[in-house]
Amino acid sequence: MNSLKKPQKKKVLLMGKSGSGKSSMRSIIFSNYVAKDVRRLGATIDVEHSTVKFLGSLILNLWDCGGQDAFTETYLTSQKSQTFSDVGVLIYVFDVESRSFEGSNPRDLLTYTAVISALAEYSPSAHVFALVHKIDLVQNVFRDSVIQDRTLAIQEYSGVFSKKLKVYGTTIWDQSLYKAWGDIVKSLVPNLHIIDGYLHDLAEETSAEEIILFERATFLTVTNVTSELGERNPYSDRQERLSNVIKTFKHSLSKYTHSSTASHPFSEIAIKAPRFNLILARLTNNTYVLVILPPGDLEIELSRFNIMAAKDRFVELDIMGWAAGDTERLEGKLNGRIKDGR
Amino acid sequence: MSRNDEVAEEVSDCFERRSSEAKRKSPQNFPKPDDNLMTSMNSANNEHKTRTNGDNEDLEPGNLLHADHKPRLLLMGLKRSGKSSISNVVFRKMAPHETLFLETTTTIRKEAMHSFMDFQVWDLPGQIDYLDPDFDAESIFGGVGAMIWVLDAIDNYMEPVSRLTETILHLQHSYPDIKYSVFIHKVDSLTEDFRDDTMRDVRQRITDDLYDAGLENPPITYYGTSIYDHSIFEAFSKVMQGLVPQLPTFEALLNTVSANCRFEKAYLFDVYSKVYIASDTTPVDMKAYELCADLIDIIVDMSEVYGWDRGQDQQETDRSQAVAAPSAESFVSNIKGYHLYLKEINRSALRAQVRQGFRLTIYRNLSFIGISKYSDFEISKVLVDQNMQAFQDTLLKVFPRG
Ligand SMILES: Nc1nc2c(ncn2[C@@H]2O[C@H](COP(=O)(O)OP(=O)(O)OP(=O)(O)O)[C@@H](O)[C@H]2O)c(=O)[nH]1
Ligand SMILES: Nc1nc2c(ncn2[C@@H]2O[C@H](COP(=O)(O)OP(=O)(O)OP(=O)(O)O)[C@@H](O)[C@H]2O)c(=O)[nH]1
Ligand SMILES: [Mg+2]
Ligand SMILES: [Mg+2]
Repeated sequence: MNSLKKPQKKKVLLMGKSGSGKSSMRSIIFSNYVAKDVRRLGATIDVEHSTVKFLGSLILNLWDCGGQDAFTETYLTSQKSQTFSDVGVLIYVFDVESRSFEGSNPRDLLTYTAVISALAEYSPSAHVFALVHKIDLVQNVFRDSVIQDRTLAIQEYSGVFSKKLKVYGTTIWDQSLYKAWGDIVKSLVPNLHIIDGYLHDLAEETSAEEIILFERATFLTVTNVTSELGERNPYSDRQERLSNVIKTFKHSLSKYTHSSTASHPFSEIAIKAPRFNLILARLTNNTYVLVILPPGDLEIELSRFNIMAAKDRFVELDIMGWAAGDTERLEGKLNGRIKDGR
Repeated sequence: MSRNDEVAEEVSDCFERRSSEAKRKSPQNFPKPDDNLMTSMNSANNEHKTRTNGDNEDLEPGNLLHADHKPRLLLMGLKRSGKSSISNVVFRKMAPHETLFLETTTTIRKEAMHSFMDFQVWDLPGQIDYLDPDFDAESIFGGVGAMIWVLDAIDNYMEPVSRLTETILHLQHSYPDIKYSVFIHKVDSLTEDFRDDTMRDVRQRITDDLYDAGLENPPITYYGTSIYDHSIFEAFSKVMQGLVPQLPTFEALLNTVSANCRFEKAYLFDVYSKVYIASDTTPVDMKAYELCADLIDIIVDMSEVYGWDRGQDQQETDRSQAVAAPSAESFVSNIKGYHLYLKEINRSALRAQVRQGFRLTIYRNLSFIGISKYSDFEISKVLVDQNMQAFQDTLLKVFPRG
């Protein structure tokens, strides 16, 4: 597993019709915009490249491809190989209000199909995510059925990717955006199973009901461990809700601290409530961890201790450019743990 | 309003536990409060203007009408000035951009705020002429503590200014105790310079008009407000504080706690509306208020997601730990060298059956928030706990529960 040596670079294509909301979502997730700021964005000319470090182990190479017809044309012709080779993920954004989605001339879907064939030719192993965006413009009661209809239509036009394809209804006005992007990023993080293993250990040491690992800059969920009790939590959308809420808090804190988006806005938030204890703490340079515990004073002190102790382990996962030996060591630790009967 | 219900569930649960705990604890087990605090406690007792709140009061709208003992706050102003927007943003958590869809109000809308004492906030339709002699003024203005006049700062303000002065002159003889606030509203749409000019001009005109009519030094306070930032919450806080007769006591108490626990700034908040009822008497820094308000947002949200009822077994353990965790508290450490501490002072819930069979749940939720420069205040937790306990005891004495 040479992949552990260096942070992995993944190319992410962001495509879809002009005005569908690609730059808006990118700015909210990665550039610390809040939803009401995106009106300031102009149409993207050609491709806007950006590089985002995610955890220590992943570098996202974002290609925000301006969606006006003339640009799309060149992606599919003169710039075809350049655009579609080495793609890790294609995110295709559909505007839910678009009039050219279905009907006799479903231009949105036809363009999508052309993109899909180019991708199949140059990067057949890529993941494909389709976002039915601006779902806030659809009345609540119709949302599920609209998403379902669109999913079927999109699937039909997805060629060889139709099985792998994942479709989400999203809007910049609520947590649905965090749900989709959390899943997208999870599909790219290398060695997620090792991180998972460590998180399970921590869960056991702390008798936590739930542990969620967040990436520091985006507050997207990297992974989580949930106990049987925690599975009964009626808020099934809580991960993306938390991403949204914490990101908002982080954004408001930047007003007081005038600090750059890259720094850590706080070291810890703790809540002792009658029904639960919560700790949200900085774990490593790139992560925050949320731990939910049973109520009681002792629980929270013990867990804080355990989190401190776990830090070292997670730091190993965090550092850039791991030395060759680390791979074996990390894998070894993991296997040892599995042998222990977990 | 699922959030209300959920939080209230937890809150009521906690209240039940608190009361059983109170029985268990004998007085001599209470930590000995600090001397200073004792002094303020005594003075608090002397001032003691008691108002009790029936804990099982039925809160159907009809009953609110007759509950005269609650200080009433009126929102008045011309049509489209922003009264309903303010009421919805502060008391119903409406997102500011959603107010664009509000329709004109045709009947009086009443909001109740329940914390240590109950307020009513009435949103009056701008289209009614309240000065009409046929109008039953007493039903509206009788028992009013404060009036907020909402004035649209981007509109021509001649008409609202003259309507306000007419109203004040009309009411001054029958209801001389009403305190007036003018919200020069929607200032988000004005540039900073223009905004200051507008505020000065509005104030000057009102003062002149009233002076010409023979009213000197009218009891009016002016605020620049917008629903798109914290200014509306800050202004509402100030107006509310004007209705709290015990304000000096609270301030003294908060001063004492701050001094004892080395807080830079200490607040008493109504968590649901983010209105603060009192702060210590060090100068108020708008930023500090905003920080506290944002802290409340994240804590309320996280508590909603994880405050679900885990069922019987869980409650058993809860009960045995009730002494250890009497009410929620929260820490945020190291926001550029500052640390935040939040402690719920008192939790209890009122429930009432509404006709349609919906359960209307109202709760009281008062919190202390302190801002500290010292990261070790968790180590001195015992001291903080003692002070909080004494603080809470005193508050309960100032406001005994019915
Ligand atoms: N209602 C609604 N509007 C949105 C949403 N997301 C983005 N928008 C709006 O859509 C408009 C276009 O957004 P952009 O992000 O610039 O679109 P784009 O896909 O980058 O367009 P090109 O760069 O031309 O390809 C903006 O004015 C946004 O305010 C959403 O979730 N709901
Ligand atoms: N820019 C800006 N607009 C606001 C603000 N507050 C309210 N508005 C807008 O003002 C308009 C009128 O608001 P309402 O709250 O319905 O006015 P009202 O005073 O209740 O009107 P009536 O019910 O007819 O008496 C809405 O479109 C709001 O979005 C603000 O602080 N800034
Ligand atoms: Mg764009
Ligand atoms: Mg109205």
